[in-house]
Amino acid sequence: MDRSVYYRQMRRIRRVEEEIARIYPSDKIMSPVHLSIGQEPISVGVCQALDANDVVFGTYRSHSLYLAKGGDLREMMAELYGKATGCARGKGGSMHLIDVKHNVMGASAVVATTIPHAVGYAYALKLRKSPHIVVSFFGEGATEEGVFYESLQFAALKKAPIIFVCENNLYAIHSAWADRHAHIHLCDRVHGFGIPAQRIEDNDGEELHAEIVKARRAILEQGGGPFFFEAMTYRWNEHVGPGTDWHLGYRDETEFEAWRGKDPLIALSRELDPGLKARLDAEIEEEIQDAIAYAEASPFPAPSELYAEVFA
Amino acid sequence: MERVIKCSEAIREALDQEMELDERVIVMGQGVDDAKGMWGTTLGLQKKYGAGRVFDTPLAEDGMTGVAIGAALGGLRPVHTHIRMDFLVLAMNQLVNIAAKSRYMYGGSVKVPLVVRAVIGRSWGQGAQHSQALHAWFAHIPGIKVVMPATAYDAKGCLIQAIRDDNPVLFVEHRLVHQAGSHVPSEPYAVPLGRARILVPGSQLTIVATGHMVMESMRAQATLEKAGLSIEVIDPVTISPLDTATIFASLEKTGRLLVVDNAWLSCGFSAEIIARAVEHFPGGGIQYARMGFAPVTCPTTKVLEKEFYPDARRIAARAAEMIQPGLPTPVGPQEEAPEITRFKGPF
Repeated sequence: MDRSVYYRQMRRIRRVEEEIARIYPSDKIMSPVHLSIGQEPISVGVCQALDANDVVFGTYRSHSLYLAKGGDLREMMAELYGKATGCARGKGGSMHLIDVKHNVMGASAVVATTIPHAVGYAYALKLRKSPHIVVSFFGEGATEEGVFYESLQFAALKKAPIIFVCENNLYAIHSAWADRHAHIHLCDRVHGFGIPAQRIEDNDGEELHAEIVKARRAILEQGGGPFFFEAMTYRWNEHVGPGTDWHLGYRDETEFEAWRGKDPLIALSRELDPGLKARLDAEIEEEIQDAIAYAEASPFPAPSELYAEVFA
Repeated sequence: MERVIKCSEAIREALDQEMELDERVIVMGQGVDDAKGMWGTTLGLQKKYGAGRVFDTPLAEDGMTGVAIGAALGGLRPVHTHIRMDFLVLAMNQLVNIAAKSRYMYGGSVKVPLVVRAVIGRSWGQGAQHSQALHAWFAHIPGIKVVMPATAYDAKGCLIQAIRDDNPVLFVEHRLVHQAGSHVPSEPYAVPLGRARILVPGSQLTIVATGHMVMESMRAQATLEKAGLSIEVIDPVTISPLDTATIFASLEKTGRLLVVDNAWLSCGFSAEIIARAVEHFPGGGIQYARMGFAPVTCPTTKVLEKEFYPDARRIAARAAEMIQPGLPTPVGPQEEAPEITRFKGPF
């Protein structure tokens, strides 16, 4: 993965999220937002290994995934504003981002719910002999739901062309992963289904990228699959909302500082040619301001829209 | 001569013909490929269409419903079968939170062409967890259609229409209706969803019945006809969206409504029909009553089970009392319904 691309993708997502946090207190975004700041390397590392026709399913914390997969930024911002031009015409909001054109196939507010959809979609691709794969994104909390295991089991049975990516950010809302499990080694469990499983430490999007490239090739060239990756990462903000939550006492700020020290954007910022970096940053700012202006200027849905699209 | 086949055969024929017509149609569910083939409704399909399109599933209703939704998003048209409706309780998250909502919450950018078959059991001691009729739960939710045919003709036509529909459709079958035969054309045909069927025209009272209660109500009607009473029997066929126009037109004529739902009454489909009628006839003048399951868990032992369900005799008595209050009611059929007597287990 080209380092300038890695930088540009992550920086763009980071800045979008920071802008959302800046706008949020104005109450122009009147719905819950679950920011991805800190977790950008995972979705960027994975999506840079996919092609445009590969498919992803996400969670309510999917701003990063949506953008990394190529989702339309203007439509995302308009969706957050509840506007008619949003990716779900204002009916979904931040928790239900979708962009079918770019194969971002949706995100659910109910934990673990989209995991079987990704498996079913992968089954459909296989039956249709399509040369593409699906990647299912979810948090470590989702691995506590029964449907996670049901999905792994069926994907393994049918050798579905799918990669499972667990973004383990250590906390389900305010509850620590280690406090909820007698045995904390997730990959051990997944091995039990006959699925290759690997843990990627330290928010390392580049290592994850290299592994996804290999796994994708194994699926498409050798009929392999499924594969599973547990990507260790960290959420910088509160579970929901634009702020921080150190005052709640469930996690320590020194833990956050340790993870912030591993932020790939720090090293990449130093490493990139200053001229190139300045140009990339300027492009990003321009694109984000354009998207915000688009959202602000867009109309709200007409009242009659309430009754539209109950059925296809 | 008209061809008469059983409802279960009509369902198999609908699946076969739609799979033949459209390679996107797949059939999945526990036991769909086994030697019994869901009481014959899926027999031979795997041999004809292959294990990719017809497959058994692990015992994982929640996950497999999600898989079916994902397959539908991925361009297939799955028919997911459940041998008992009670098992849908394990799949409520996927059906209610995703299948019914995807079209709307994603602003119209996706569709979920999914059929979920669910079979209501009755008789031979099906008991507490093999007998429930939960159609009202789903009819409460916008975004999912609910069909409950009571004849072989409607079963075939509605299943074909459900498979062709671009939305999630819950297709409710009744184990005792499976055995019932009627005229079924051999060629494929679609029965539009959302249209009630007048099974017998009448002038004095309207019975709206669902599922197996349609059969019981038809027997009640026959008895009352002999006693000189004129009953109109309506099968809504589609629970949601409901064809109220046909029901209201009938009430204009009869002024009396007896709803006999194949379910409990509390917060149920019977309440919905009567509420809509009351709203439609604000001046009143309509007489209402409803019948359904006793407000208890379905018992296993036969003597109690018999008390749990309305039957033709009690339906006839209730209808007659509404038309001729205080007069001696015509004696309804004393014998048990033949499809109940014939039904032998173990399942």
